[in-house]
Amino acid sequence: MIGGFLKCGSPTSVISYLLKNKTNHLTLIANDTSFADSDKGRLIAAGLIDKAVVTHIGMNPETGKQMHAGTLKVELVPQGTLAERIRAGGAGLGGILTPTGLGTVVEKGKEKINVDGKTYLLEKALKADVALIYASKADKYGNLSYKGTTRNFNTVMATAAACVIVEVDELSETPLPPNEIIVPGLFVHYLVLKKDPQNAE
Amino acid sequence: MPSKEEIRHFIAKRVAKEFQDGDIVTLGIGLPTLVADYLPPEKHVTLQSENGVLGVGKTPAPEACDEQITNAGGKLISLIEGGCYFDSFSSFNMIRGGHINATVLGALQVDEKGNLANWVVPGKLVPGMGGAMDLVVGAQKVIVAMEHTNNGQPKILKKCTLPLTAAHEVDMIITEKGVFRLNANGLTLIEISPLSSLEDIRSTTEADFKVNLKNQ
Repeated sequence: MIGGFLKCGSPTSVISYLLKNKTNHLTLIANDTSFADSDKGRLIAAGLIDKAVVTHIGMNPETGKQMHAGTLKVELVPQGTLAERIRAGGAGLGGILTPTGLGTVVEKGKEKINVDGKTYLLEKALKADVALIYASKADKYGNLSYKGTTRNFNTVMATAAACVIVEVDELSETPLPPNEIIVPGLFVHYLVLKKDPQNAE
Repeated sequence: MPSKEEIRHFIAKRVAKEFQDGDIVTLGIGLPTLVADYLPPEKHVTLQSENGVLGVGKTPAPEACDEQITNAGGKLISLIEGGCYFDSFSSFNMIRGGHINATVLGALQVDEKGNLANWVVPGKLVPGMGGAMDLVVGAQKVIVAMEHTNNGQPKILKKCTLPLTAAHEVDMIITEKGVFRLNANGLTLIEISPLSSLEDIRSTTEADFKVNLKNQ
């Protein structure tokens, strides 16, 4: 799993490290495949991803090209469904019931469940081996805080992976004020300082 | 003949009239984004963006831009007074949970049963659905804002031929030619724009529709 909505709130330095190391045969779970020359989009462009579970691929022509060539498998998921599947994975649930996707190709092969006269799709929980996420600030307890619209998928991905690596703009010497903590430190395994927030790619 | 850009703004301006005071509205990417420029000043309309913002404000001056404050299209934005940020699942709690009063989306095709197709052209264009499927299912009112035809071909059809975004969810279609309402009784033309006529709309619309121009 990689956090971020396009480039906003992306762990760009850690992504650069994957590129340098040519870590490949990865399954990417993310909101989008961004642009070919930006954040997680670069992993696609470099051919390191075998499968992408994402909501949007329109900004990265490489994704479509590799998908049509058959070298990249793409599972497109409605954005709200992706968020809830990850939440379910992190919350110890087997899945969620949603009306989103009924009557569309998204329902193909999925169980429909009737609850009190309303039909829902069963969407299964998603978990990952590793979550690479971003936070604006962290303290030595792993507590995380966020600025602006950088939270997006980062906060929910923090709960749903066996190993959670957080790239931060700033490592606070003092504990974060309890009222400002968005992600409690118990979810976090490793902290990495962003190399240069201004020039992180 | 107005230019394509003028037509898009004309549609956006008409869409903005649909909002009520106090509405929370989520705008799709493309033409719907233009609606933000025409929000009625006498009404308080709050814009939500699915990447995690309530209270999207005007495009900030270059010196005030912050690359950590964006909308779902990745554009840098400002926040209005009382606005806030949140994460993706909170955003879709709002969207899918019925807390958004209206959404405005573009369309490739829409049909007389309220079906909408706007996320894929198989074999050609596969951008993905993003948040559109959740928005269409969850928003209280779904407004399709689009040009009436595509290279002269009707986009308001008897039956969509492209893969659907959602079934039976569209409440209103607004084009440069007119305004249609959709409900259990089917498709009804309720307004003809000054750029068009009933004959023109009939000849450029494949779907069957009733005509009820109460307000004109």
